[in-house]
Amino acid sequence: MADIKEKISRLFPEATFEDGETLLVTIPDAKWHEMAKTLRDDEDLKFDFLVTIVGMDWVETLGAIYYLTSTTHNTHISVKVTTTDRVNPMLHSVADLWAIATIFEREVYDFFGIIFINNPDMRRLFLSIDWKGFPLRKDYDASPETNPVPTDNERQSDFTDTYVELPDGKIEKRQERVFQEDDFVVNIGPQHPATHGVLRFRTAVDGETIKKIDVYMGYIHRGIEKICEQLTYPQTLHFMDRMDYFSAHPYHHCLCMTIEQAAGIEISRRAQVIRVLMDELSRIASHCLFIGTYCMDLGATTMLFYTLRVREQILDIMERTCGARMTFNYECIGGVMQDLDVNFVKDVKELLAVLPANIKEYNKIFTGNVIAKNRLEGVGVLSNEDARSWSITGPSGRASGWACDVRKTDPYSIYGELDFKEIIRHEGDSMARFKVRMEEMEQSAHIIEQLIDNIPEGEICVKVPKVLKLPKGHWFRTVEGCRGTFGVYLESDGTVNPYRLKLVPPCLPLAAVVDHITRGEKIADLITIGGSMDYIVPDMDR
Amino acid sequence: MFDFSAVTTWIHDFLSSFLPGWLTVTAECVLIGVCLLLAYTVLALFYIYYERKVCAFFQCRIGPNRVGPLGLLQSVADAIKMLIKELISLNHIDKFLFALAPYLVILASMLAFAVLPWGNGLQIIDFNIGIFFLIAVSSIGVLGILLAGWSSNNKFTLIGALRSGAQMVSYELSIGLSVLTMVCFAGTMSVGGIVEAQRDLWFIVSGHIPAIIAFIIYLIAGTAETNRGPFDLPEAESELTAGYHTEYSGIHFGFFYLAEYLNLFIVSGVATLLFFGGWMPLHIPGWEGFNTIMDYIPSVLWFIGKAIAISFIIIWFKWTFPRLRIDQMLALEWKYLLPINLCNLVLMVLIIVYGIHL
Repeated sequence: MADIKEKISRLFPEATFEDGETLLVTIPDAKWHEMAKTLRDDEDLKFDFLVTIVGMDWVETLGAIYYLTSTTHNTHISVKVTTTDRVNPMLHSVADLWAIATIFEREVYDFFGIIFINNPDMRRLFLSIDWKGFPLRKDYDASPETNPVPTDNERQSDFTDTYVELPDGKIEKRQERVFQEDDFVVNIGPQHPATHGVLRFRTAVDGETIKKIDVYMGYIHRGIEKICEQLTYPQTLHFMDRMDYFSAHPYHHCLCMTIEQAAGIEISRRAQVIRVLMDELSRIASHCLFIGTYCMDLGATTMLFYTLRVREQILDIMERTCGARMTFNYECIGGVMQDLDVNFVKDVKELLAVLPANIKEYNKIFTGNVIAKNRLEGVGVLSNEDARSWSITGPSGRASGWACDVRKTDPYSIYGELDFKEIIRHEGDSMARFKVRMEEMEQSAHIIEQLIDNIPEGEICVKVPKVLKLPKGHWFRTVEGCRGTFGVYLESDGTVNPYRLKLVPPCLPLAAVVDHITRGEKIADLITIGGSMDYIVPDMDR
Repeated sequence: MFDFSAVTTWIHDFLSSFLPGWLTVTAECVLIGVCLLLAYTVLALFYIYYERKVCAFFQCRIGPNRVGPLGLLQSVADAIKMLIKELISLNHIDKFLFALAPYLVILASMLAFAVLPWGNGLQIIDFNIGIFFLIAVSSIGVLGILLAGWSSNNKFTLIGALRSGAQMVSYELSIGLSVLTMVCFAGTMSVGGIVEAQRDLWFIVSGHIPAIIAFIIYLIAGTAETNRGPFDLPEAESELTAGYHTEYSGIHFGFFYLAEYLNLFIVSGVATLLFFGGWMPLHIPGWEGFNTIMDYIPSVLWFIGKAIAISFIIIWFKWTFPRLRIDQMLALEWKYLLPINLCNLVLMVLIIVYGIHL
């Protein structure tokens, strides 16, 4: 970390530093783009993975914190860029350096009204086009009069604004078309069987060939980040299972760890083992559902039932312990809510006994099928560089040859002691993404095997004060969800409510990249590619 | 073997005994029409139930089991539901063509029924170009689908219809060529003649290699022709919601639905006719006793039983394979099936010329 600091201060004397778990660099906006380029391209730095952009309102300033990771050196850095202009706040875009920044910056614009200069597309991302105000600003007027529930159809626009910096330093607002004037645009979604939720792809097609896709999100935006600012820390936990509802356990795990780290709570080994067991069980369940629905999208309906059979078994196990089959509320600050069911070990062993035979059956029915091979192989190839640039984490990223498993790169909980392989494939096509998940199920089963006979005795939940106040500060934590890197940014001002709780969903990049890799492919491939990305809409919309 | 022409002749004699000639013909036509509609409905209901049960069996489920014993009345209940559903009238559509399309589709499959050899002497019309007629009328169906997709004024239906057009026109070729192969072998286009030619041995056995190749190609092309999985692109649910019939409701949708199942029966029926002897019982040369016993099973049962057995294979396809992509599907037809088919035709001709068949 010291080298990085030295290097940056040498190149950018304006930068100020704040040590913490992650180095926080503050840089004036005028120098930001130049610094971002150095951070990405310099051989010693190589911060090629933009984890997220956290929009912030510190009342006297508005700004954004960029979390960056170097995939070669496995180092982390965060950069803070601020502006004091609240009426017309502007920052420089880094969309030309990291492709995913186009979407992340739109999100910041949507919530904070910060305009990013040179971003090609400055529309709102989640909220409707006529929404008044920027909801995550601290001075936002939330009264229903400002934004009444609309009774008419939402206004649509085929245009987008961009703010371009001219050579003389002036900012010019331009209006651009989203599609060409005579494009044949098909609306796929928001109600469509293949979008896996209410997501809308405005697809410009030329016959059966896709020319461009405009991803239109926000149909299930519930403002979880906004709501959490009014809640106490234990209350915020209950939203983690409403995002990616198949990764409820890992997401809870992440927020719990962040809060525990902030409050300095040490949890028992038993609770840690239980959390990891639940994470891995939900990973198997989630991948099972992926395989089933994916095959169904491709027309092989029967596979769905074969995979649901295993998933049912896992849900039964979860039900007996967590009391729910979905939206589990099991992990809590300090450990887990209740102890394991008496039959838990027996049930899990039964599951482990049938799983290999089932995986073999799936491969026999589907993976080796000649039609499946034709449909999946070489379709939607995402290169390693693109995967990093678009922040495609999780199984989809690993299918492009990028070792991005947080359990390996930044082992949390007890993952450091466990023996498991990180599945990496290099083809980057839909088949690779499918196979990675298939093999990850085996690895998750392997992790469970190591733990199931060694669940230590101990308390399941340590004592936590009834009213939890966190010290002033900010924390950032990532875990490996079922679909990719899930992160939590928590900023506390010392009260019982979070000052800002930013959730970093893995599915937002997964949906955003669909446009990039479907261009020139067939409509049918949109389903193949979108399905293989395995995004969950509530996760990206929050 | 019971000959149904005895019954039909008796009816004809009975009617003409007190009716003038033109009225007899009219009455017979009405009678046949009613029987056809009845058979059509009963078969469709049966097929819906059959497919649901078979697919449930593949998917480790039970299938319909609530309405009636073993869920037998389920498809009746579904049919009633379909009949009493509202026909939603849409704006911005071509109303006439929109209403016409489902009738065209159902008409095509009904006309094809006319030449199927249901049983010994039980055939609506048996003329010298029966098979030719069948191929001709079954191509009317694609017109209905194209009209449905186009007149709905919806982008999804339009894409569905375009896919359907491309698919049906291509696979018609394969069907035609494999039928032609068998017609060469039989030496006649008359349906009755083809069945009669299989009195001793079914064509699939006597025609051996080329007949088997023709059968496999016919089965693939037939599956594509009926728009069923893995060739169900025109209505690919995950891509086009319901393809060309997205906008249809009530009985208009029901017509498409019925026609799909009936086409399944027709394709299997024609396969039965061309390769498995139509209504002809299983005869093995030399086994006189066996052949006589087989003759006791009514010919209607033979025909329907064989058709259902072939349908089972087509249903099996649907519930096992993923869907092809449009370009892959067309490549399969034009790059593989068509050349194989042409070579097969030559092979069949050689076999006939040199008499190397059984």
